[in-house]
Amino acid sequence: MFSRVLVANRGEIARRVIRTLRSMGITSVAVYSEADASLPFVQEADEAYLIGPASPSQSYLDTTKLLAFVADQRIDAVHPGYGFLSENFRFAQAVSDAGATWIGPAPATIEAMGDKINSKNLMAAAQVPVARGSHNPVSGFDDALALCREIGFPVMVKPSAGGGGIGMSVVRDEDQLRSVMTSAEARAERLFGSASILIEEFLPDARHIEVQILGTAQGEVLALGERDCSIQRRHQKLLEESPAPNLPAEVHSGLVEAAVRAGEAVDYRGVGTVEFLVSGDKFMFLEMNTRLQVEHPVTELVTGLDLVEAQILVAAGERLTVQVPEPSGHAIEVRVCAEDPVTFLPRPGSIERWEEPQGEGIRVDSGYASCTTVSPHYDPLLAKLCAWGETREQARARLVAAVDEFVVEGLTTNLPLFADLLRSEVFISGAHHTATLGSLAKARA
Amino acid sequence: MTNQREIRTEMAANVWQIAVNTGQVVSRGEELMVLESMKMEIPVVAPCDGTVVSITVESGTTLAQGDLLLTLEES
Repeated sequence: MFSRVLVANRGEIARRVIRTLRSMGITSVAVYSEADASLPFVQEADEAYLIGPASPSQSYLDTTKLLAFVADQRIDAVHPGYGFLSENFRFAQAVSDAGATWIGPAPATIEAMGDKINSKNLMAAAQVPVARGSHNPVSGFDDALALCREIGFPVMVKPSAGGGGIGMSVVRDEDQLRSVMTSAEARAERLFGSASILIEEFLPDARHIEVQILGTAQGEVLALGERDCSIQRRHQKLLEESPAPNLPAEVHSGLVEAAVRAGEAVDYRGVGTVEFLVSGDKFMFLEMNTRLQVEHPVTELVTGLDLVEAQILVAAGERLTVQVPEPSGHAIEVRVCAEDPVTFLPRPGSIERWEEPQGEGIRVDSGYASCTTVSPHYDPLLAKLCAWGETREQARARLVAAVDEFVVEGLTTNLPLFADLLRSEVFISGAHHTATLGSLAKARA
Repeated sequence: MTNQREIRTEMAANVWQIAVNTGQVVSRGEELMVLESMKMEIPVVAPCDGTVVSITVESGTTLAQGDLLLTLEES
């Protein structure tokens, strides 16, 4: 087993990984930027070192500094968390070349699934249902229009190398397509370093449902249940739950089988997530995240597994005997963010007072504390507030109480939005989909 | 009678791109600059028709909440 693991991330996920490392008796080594010196993860790591200024390119994304650090500090494994370098196959390879273990899938797996067009074609070949649309990069308006006429409007225009919902546009007609295509390629190039664009059918009322997979060191791929992540803004998730409410049994089994086939097709090792769009009894592959997911706690709450521990054991080559557990009860997570609850615009600032809710079935994975600062350099996630209950209704009621009890003073957060959403008829009945949050926020404005 | 309008940032951010020049005539709703905060691009648009009198920031400037971005003369 490893003795010194570098946690190459920050905030709540660095803290989450440190917690499991401690329980396994492994020394956790954190790096932090100047902006993050007072955050809890820096205090809680066994060792913590300043890596650079606030700007991510000079700290958490500075691969030269991090690789030198791995060598100097006798690091024997690197946990990348999510975001930052977690899906950078070149960095994963460089970590291995430096003699340390990458806690994640093989660099070739990350590379294969990192490009949306390539991954879609791989999945289609593995008999996983995919969206109608491009199988090659779309170039220019004429090419795009021909494709849209074939699949019909509305369509989604996406950067092939993108992620996190960034740079995606829903296009409803020819005029809109013309305007989006004038900037789409240049924008994709600027945001993701690749001008490659894909266009796919867009399902306006679809649900976003994903399956957690675990590939063992022995080469077995297991499905550890699904999560419904349909509550989104800007195509980014704000609430996740497991199991998915009102999901027909045949759709559920179809998703699980497709996710296992997807994992097997790329020889998946460690934890990963296969995302799908579901509409009625139809579903299609969206993308695969070759890392730990932000919303992994909801799966942990209903399965009793520690997914970070599973990642570390697989990376260390340990034989893992996981019985796929029947999910027990229901779990819901909300992403508490430093953002306006109506406009969803970022609201970085200082936290004067921070008091987390407690109670039966409540779990809080947070990155901040009283008298800390939320920097504009990083994403707005402050904490993941989760509730478990024997039933969905019990989990929801516990979460409502916890949202009301969460005290964050000095900073604008989206807690008021969750207070409304969790009490709304559409959420209580489980009839929500990917457009629900936008409608609710409009009604509040 | 002219009216000068100061355009300020609502949030701490970095200036990503400036889309206009001093002296330029702009229409209401036109993009003046793009800020970046918390991994999000935030467009700043003209609140009225007018002329850009002065630009107080440059690309890459780090801004605190309320900092002046530019001044418009309303037309």
